[in-house]
Amino acid sequence: MDEMSLEFVLNFGVPAVLIVVAYFTGSLIEQRHFRRIIKKENELRDILAFAIRRVPKDFALLEPKLVCGSAVISVDYFKKFAAGLRGIIGGRIGTYESLFERARREAIVRMKDEARRHGGNIVLNVKLETARIYAGGGRATVSVEAMAYGTAYSKSDGGA
Amino acid sequence: MIVSNMEEIPGKRVVQHLGVVQGSTVQAKNVFRDIGASLKNLVGGELKSYTDLMNEARQEALDRMKQEAEALGANAILNVRFATSTITQGAAELLAYGTAVVVEESTIG
Repeated sequence: MDEMSLEFVLNFGVPAVLIVVAYFTGSLIEQRHFRRIIKKENELRDILAFAIRRVPKDFALLEPKLVCGSAVISVDYFKKFAAGLRGIIGGRIGTYESLFERARREAIVRMKDEARRHGGNIVLNVKLETARIYAGGGRATVSVEAMAYGTAYSKSDGGA
Repeated sequence: MIVSNMEEIPGKRVVQHLGVVQGSTVQAKNVFRDIGASLKNLVGGELKSYTDLMNEARQEALDRMKQEAEALGANAILNVRFATSTITQGAAELLAYGTAVVVEESTIG
């Protein structure tokens, strides 16, 4: 009897505790991350990013510079568990959607950051790319890498 | 060396195309970084060490591409693209490629 209950605790109790802990840490980290992203996005509001391929004619542009930014964001245990449940019944996996959003927005913020460091204030031909990264050996862990890259120019005032 | 992912450079014109140049690097993860990563997989958050690792690898791929272009006598690389592929668990290939060209100042517009 005692042995059985110990086994029960090990098989269900430990994962349950992990899920609960991960739920709180995961959502706390996510909220803080979103706040940080929004703050940075507001700071970088003056750096414009476009997905256009042609350089606008009425802009006097200086030398181009390739800029890129990337972020690797990991899931937490709760997200993984929730996604596993979703996998049974199908449908949108909301917990993973926010993961990709965070990674992508962070990547764009870092790209703009690099553009500003090089004195640019406009980024053209922005491309977004996502890669999946395996971290663990046997039990595959999930993390996503988002990358944003584009060509930064400095828009001189006299040209417009 | 001008590196751009656009097809043209304002104020300059392409006088010679030298073909596709590429640079790639295969990057393996680090066991010690992995310990931190598996902990992060429990609580969530950014894997800073992985971000740095990927950035280093991407810079290396870009540098190799630039070297190849320099060897061809180019002074600019246009239409640069990045590609990432996972080879096995824990190793990724990062590729940067573009078109090596010779550009010169254009007098018209």
